[in-house]
Amino acid sequence: MTAEDPIKNRDCVAGIDVGSLSTEALILDMECGTAGYAIVQTGANSTDAAVSALEKALAASGIERDQIRRIVATGYGRVSIPFSDKRVTEISCHAMGAFHLFPDTGIVIDIGGQDSKVIRVGEGGRVLDFAMNDKCAAGTGRFLEVMADKLQVALDDMGPLSLKAGGEIGISSVCTVFAESEVVSLVARNHPKEEIIRGLHRAIVNRVWSMVKGIGVRGAVTMSGGVAKNSGVVSLMEEKLGQPIHVYSEPQIIGALGAALVARRDLQDVQ
Amino acid sequence: MSLVKRARYHFMKDIGAPAVMRLSGAGRKKGPGRPKPGFGPGLNCAVRLKEIMTRHYFLSRYAEGAKPVAWVTSGAPVEILRPFGFYTIYPENHGALCGAQRLGPELCAEAEAHGYHQDLCSYARIDLGHFLSGKTPVGRLPRPDLLFASNNICQTVVYWYRVLAHQLKIPLLLFDTPYNFEDITENDVAYMVRQLEEMIPVLEEVSGRRFDSRKFQEMTGISRDSSFAWGEVLATMKTRPAPMTIFDAFIHLAPIVSLRGLPVALEYYHILLRELRERIEQGIGAIENERKRLMWDNIAIWYKVRDFSNLFAERGMNFVTATYTNAWAETISLMDADRPFESMARTYSLVVLNNSLDHRLQLMERLIKEYHVDGLVIHSAKSCKPYSVGQYDIKRLLMDRLGIPSVIVDADITDFRAYSEEQTRTRLEAFFETLEG
Repeated sequence: MTAEDPIKNRDCVAGIDVGSLSTEALILDMECGTAGYAIVQTGANSTDAAVSALEKALAASGIERDQIRRIVATGYGRVSIPFSDKRVTEISCHAMGAFHLFPDTGIVIDIGGQDSKVIRVGEGGRVLDFAMNDKCAAGTGRFLEVMADKLQVALDDMGPLSLKAGGEIGISSVCTVFAESEVVSLVARNHPKEEIIRGLHRAIVNRVWSMVKGIGVRGAVTMSGGVAKNSGVVSLMEEKLGQPIHVYSEPQIIGALGAALVARRDLQDVQ
Repeated sequence: MSLVKRARYHFMKDIGAPAVMRLSGAGRKKGPGRPKPGFGPGLNCAVRLKEIMTRHYFLSRYAEGAKPVAWVTSGAPVEILRPFGFYTIYPENHGALCGAQRLGPELCAEAEAHGYHQDLCSYARIDLGHFLSGKTPVGRLPRPDLLFASNNICQTVVYWYRVLAHQLKIPLLLFDTPYNFEDITENDVAYMVRQLEEMIPVLEEVSGRRFDSRKFQEMTGISRDSSFAWGEVLATMKTRPAPMTIFDAFIHLAPIVSLRGLPVALEYYHILLRELRERIEQGIGAIENERKRLMWDNIAIWYKVRDFSNLFAERGMNFVTATYTNAWAETISLMDADRPFESMARTYSLVVLNNSLDHRLQLMERLIKEYHVDGLVIHSAKSCKPYSVGQYDIKRLLMDRLGIPSVIVDADITDFRAYSEEQTRTRLEAFFETLEG
């Protein structure tokens, strides 16, 4: 409330995305845009994860809790955030967030920890159509986690390693459990890790590709979700699409950003 | 057929069944009672429908040994059985009933324990599970003297009914309908007519009755009129607000599936039609505040019919048409009692599942326009491959051509082990958000 600290005077909103692996909170200043965000592991209690993500995001942005006028929750845990004002599916939030960052977005490919989805985005970030794979771990972040563990490679290193590969080992199984045994036997036969990883990335891309084809590619493509951080997957997807893909520097927060944008829109509508 | 069993059957039909119906109805209120939140007044006819179907399953227990009994697939030309007096049981209808009572996994597991794979159609697994264990919520199903299957709905029925024929050592009549990639040919029709003609001696032998062509024509006429009436029942939902929902239609479908060709089905649809027309005149809608009109694709998710019905009604969304319920009305104008064999061949081989995806797409486009549909819910059924194949293409094409938003729900018709509540909820909520803009 003082002239020295004008930021403390501003109205803000928050978006919280409780996913299966990680929870993100993002604070949006009604005037200046993104003020700060935080990413925490979801763990066994999604309410605790939401509280902790919000506290960290507040700390990162220097905003007080009582400046937050509205909170929108999204993700699988959206129902377990008692202090949220509204719940919106991650499908709508990813579309909103991606459209905000890249207004030419026509398609969002979101590969998260537990599912993957392809969303066709219309005017203003509206969802026109979507397809989801939530039945099978193949084609999700979980697939890469399992394989990174088996190959004893850090998840973040998989992308760069695969880009260095001289060749590629084809992974024939489309099932996570089968692919895991396949990887074990490939390792036993001393195949280079880089080439196996490239093969695994190809398997994910092929799995998601059927949904991309189903929805149809129009306009620019934006990738969101944790797997978008994997440069190897992104590069193979670009190759398959024949066009470059937008990837935001922190693709995991696009859902939380979308939720905060919904909160901001609601507040503006009221005002 | 034994005289004693016949006497018992007729006693149960004329005295026993009406008495049981009266007893079971005595504690119940007349009429549908107070409407649930979000819904308009319920259909009065629902009580009559329940009576008809309860009586059908109740009497079936006494049919064995008294009447010739046939187990029939939903798409078989049952008219040909009618003049021989067969008591017909529809394992698919029984499967739906088990599914609605959440008995799918239990009965499927019986079949799986005998080596039938989880990927096999759950109607087939329920039927085989029932056959192997005797478990059923309807008391008892009569053992058949004859099996009658048509592959106009899928190939699975052929193998499923062969298993039954092998186990029971009884004849299986198979009506083989060539798939229509394009138009039906005269050769196709001749091939199907020949099959029907060849069935007559088998039916005479199993039933012990001579074929009566006049009676056959008469019952074909009843069947045609019933299907026409069913088509008119569905067409009432073109009105805004629609006087019934497709979830009602899923239930009121039972007579046209299981009692087709019998006067009781025809009478029932006339009563239902009258009630629906009265509702239209009075402006009574099935749901209170019909804001959005939807179409359903594929067989119902039987264990979720009630939940889905509530979920959509709460939001003012009403399902007004379905490719599934339409299947028993779609080709009926081809039925001609004066040329029963030939017209039956056309009527039964031109059904939606025996036709190309192009045909299905055109049908859906037509239904979307005629029924003023705002959105589409597509059930990708693990059990039903012929129905679920091509749904992603259809989804994209309908979006491109008509701008109709849709959602795919991965589930199964009766086996809820293949259904995830949380994931389905997320998809449906995203679909609601899309529809609401």
